[in-house]
Amino acid sequence: MTLALLVVVPAAGGLAAWVLGGVRPSIPRWVSLLANLAMLALAALLWARAGSLADLAAGGWIAEARWAWIRTLGISFALGADGFSLSLVTLSAFLGAMAVLSSWNARPVRPGFFHFALMLAIAGVIGVFLAVDLVLFVFFWELMIVPMFFLIDLWGGERRHPAAVKFFLFTQAGGLMMLLSVLGLAFAHARSTGTLTFDSRALAGTPLGPAAGMLLLLGFLAAFAVKLPVFPLHAWLPDAYAEAPLAGNIVLAGLMSKTAAYGLIRFALPLFPDAARIAAPAATALALAGILYGGLMAFGQTDVKRLAAYSSISHLGFILLGIFAFNATALAGASFLMIAHGVSTAAVFMLAGWLEEKLGTRETTAMGGLWRSAPRMGTFAVVFAMAMLGLPGLGVFVGEFMVVLGTWQARAAAAVLASLGAVVATVYALAFVQRVFHGSPAAGMTCTDLSARQTAILALMAAILVSLGLFPQPVLGALAGAWQGLLAAVGALG
Amino acid sequence: MTLADFAPMIPLIAVALGAVLALLAAAFFRRPGVSLAVVLASFAAGLSLLAVAWPLGVRRVGSLLIVDRASIFAMGLVLVSTLLAALISSRTVKARQGERGEYYALLALAALGASVLASSTHFATFFLGQEVLSVSLYSLIAYRRENPKAGDAGMKYLVLGGVSSSFLLFGMALLYADLGTMEFSPMAAAFSGGAGGVLSVCGFAMMVVGIGFKLAVVPFHLWSPDVYEGAPAPVAALVATTSKGAVFSLLVRFFPREEGVVPAPFFLVFALISGLSMIVGNVLALREKNVKRILAYSSIAHLGYLLVAFLAGGDAGGTAAAYYLVTYFAASIGSFGTVSALSQGDREADALEDFRGLAWRKPWLAGAFTVMLLSLAGLPLTAGFLGKLSLFMAGMGSRAWYLGVVLAAGSVVGLFYYLKLITEMFRSGGSAEVKGAIRSPVPVPAAAVLAFLTLVTVWLGIYPDPLLAVLRLAGGAAP
Repeated sequence: MTLALLVVVPAAGGLAAWVLGGVRPSIPRWVSLLANLAMLALAALLWARAGSLADLAAGGWIAEARWAWIRTLGISFALGADGFSLSLVTLSAFLGAMAVLSSWNARPVRPGFFHFALMLAIAGVIGVFLAVDLVLFVFFWELMIVPMFFLIDLWGGERRHPAAVKFFLFTQAGGLMMLLSVLGLAFAHARSTGTLTFDSRALAGTPLGPAAGMLLLLGFLAAFAVKLPVFPLHAWLPDAYAEAPLAGNIVLAGLMSKTAAYGLIRFALPLFPDAARIAAPAATALALAGILYGGLMAFGQTDVKRLAAYSSISHLGFILLGIFAFNATALAGASFLMIAHGVSTAAVFMLAGWLEEKLGTRETTAMGGLWRSAPRMGTFAVVFAMAMLGLPGLGVFVGEFMVVLGTWQARAAAAVLASLGAVVATVYALAFVQRVFHGSPAAGMTCTDLSARQTAILALMAAILVSLGLFPQPVLGALAGAWQGLLAAVGALG
Repeated sequence: MTLADFAPMIPLIAVALGAVLALLAAAFFRRPGVSLAVVLASFAAGLSLLAVAWPLGVRRVGSLLIVDRASIFAMGLVLVSTLLAALISSRTVKARQGERGEYYALLALAALGASVLASSTHFATFFLGQEVLSVSLYSLIAYRRENPKAGDAGMKYLVLGGVSSSFLLFGMALLYADLGTMEFSPMAAAFSGGAGGVLSVCGFAMMVVGIGFKLAVVPFHLWSPDVYEGAPAPVAALVATTSKGAVFSLLVRFFPREEGVVPAPFFLVFALISGLSMIVGNVLALREKNVKRILAYSSIAHLGYLLVAFLAGGDAGGTAAAYYLVTYFAASIGSFGTVSALSQGDREADALEDFRGLAWRKPWLAGAFTVMLLSLAGLPLTAGFLGKLSLFMAGMGSRAWYLGVVLAAGSVVGLFYYLKLITEMFRSGGSAEVKGAIRSPVPVPAAAVLAFLTLVTVWLGIYPDPLLAVLRLAGGAAP
């Protein structure tokens, strides 16, 4: 029941925000915030039920729920949460609250609809993290696209319209390919066992021919590679990230990209272990390409949001790399990076969004010497730049280090190349700080410093990153369920 | 024919009576509302009689008609869609000076023809129903006769409808010559038994052409955008739903199957038609700026989707087709209803600009239209998603699995123009001319229809199980 509430609360909160927005435009943000806090409370309730860390590390479900949904087609409304999904749900509720708070005074036009779209997107994301039935998974997967499209198209920047359409088409095309694969898998299962089901646990281990397995895996990969994004399929991302409003950025970069990594770890690879092994070298190569390409492109950007977008591509390359290394260290690192990167990228986008809000531009060429007028912002920029470049002591480092370490055991050359990515990250992160905050102030450019609210939000994010960096063990333990299932399926072959 | 044969026909007789009485009412009363009331009453009677007939099992009228669950479902769908089309017609009827009541009589006649078609088991009723439907549509399409486009559209439908009818007739003649029967199931049995030669293959090919015209599938689709553009929006809805739905259910009943599969040469032909319709319909819609033409191309693509279920056959195919028909009907009537609700006088709001900023001027109407478009695009929380899902399931489980891939690709292309419409509604601004039209409120019956269809679309998108259970009975009962 708690699980269902986790999906229902944001959706209902969004509806309430929409309705109450008509009464008074200042109400919706409160409703959204309350809904997100309620979700955090629900997640805390589930954590309390989870028992000790040792139990969590052993894997297994914390909570499960199942209702018949479409009996005639064998589809059930099945939700389940282990430490992995619950961590991501907690991240979603937290970043949801941060998204609302970070644009507290943004005063979007038609705030009711804005918060409705935002909360519906979050409901979709949480649904993705909880769904156990594969059709339900696809349902939520597609559900998060429409509100995000509206967020970009209605409240985005100047070139929002093409960006929104591009985002929609790319992600929807991938989603449909995944739906086909889900159906193909279910039919293959039905043919060998006689029962039509979409329960991912029942479908695991369905015997498939090598060609069929590869084809079905590719269908899943199409969806995840677009959303993550994997290197050649990233074309929608810089535009969408650059044009989206701040709250949309936080959900897009912080949460939606994680749904793809989650899908890979939870469903795609364990369902098709043979094909996954064959695909691993190619995926590793693409991950490396993404790491280096994203880093180089980030260095070349003069638009702060685009810089953050390309940096995000680079970091997500590490996640992909870790997943396809198929060993416990790399997978633990990848799943840890999902959380850490979610927090750090949200913070970076907040900085970018607030810079734009205060200066009216995103161009770094027009900025410079902002440290003098906005020292607090500069300080936080340095902190999160350090997170981006992987400074030890901050959460991102733990994830990336474990990924590289694990990859070293599997593919040494890949690990070497990936470390180069960390070098590139250092360059673009420091260049960003230097261009924006150091040097002589640009003519006529004045910047007010962060408000108390903004400072508090960034301080909280920084504190979380530091604690993730210094005490990663509890989170790593909670996330253990993530890779155990995958490793059991893939490793059993080795 | 005995008196007992009339019993299964009572729903049809009720509708026929409604048409006649509506015509009489139009002669005696100046207000079209009387005719509308008569037609609505007869449809209500027809629908309740169909509900009574549902548990009675298979009943036949000689060799001419069959009343089983599949045909009851099809007839019910036809009546409901025509009823809804009648309710969204008040703007259209008001825009014309005379012959107002006759409009509703023609609607009832079209529904009668479509119902006969949907329950036909014999060439005689097939052709009869087809002609009654088409003849009503000829005059309905040209109803706004002062408008040059309407005349153009009526003419086009008349000529091409005539051509398709002659294809049908010639096909029937060839089949009768070769197989010696005009009844569907003996004919199919004889053909499958190997009794048919070249003549009957030619005959079936002719029938495919004739039926293809009625369904407006590629390559027989050329008339449809012009006709949709010229016809009043509610009539366009009728062409898109009632007419195509009836012909589709006839196709399912009529076409022979061998062990549940359409025989070899025709399987490929239908697969080709289906694939082409999905691709061509969606691609051609991209360039259109007229909403009714966009919906026409979208309808071509949707019939292509439906043919996937037709080819899949069996329980899954039947259920999927029936469910998809419901979702497609709801979304189509809702879309044309929106166009109609925005129209003023003779001009229908079918330009893209007419919808600019609609969401901020008429949020409820825009919301309903958005739901319809999302359903046509097949996105979650609307019936269209689960409709497409069931089509995928039927398609992937059959020999035509590759059509599933085409379906997915077509859906992505389709998304593009549905999104174009949606974003247009959510833009700010809008032409001054439209702002004039917007001041007049949406007529109450049309508002009720749109609200109903929106609720249905969302409800079916969230909890389709009860309907699917019913449809399984309807789909499974198809011979």
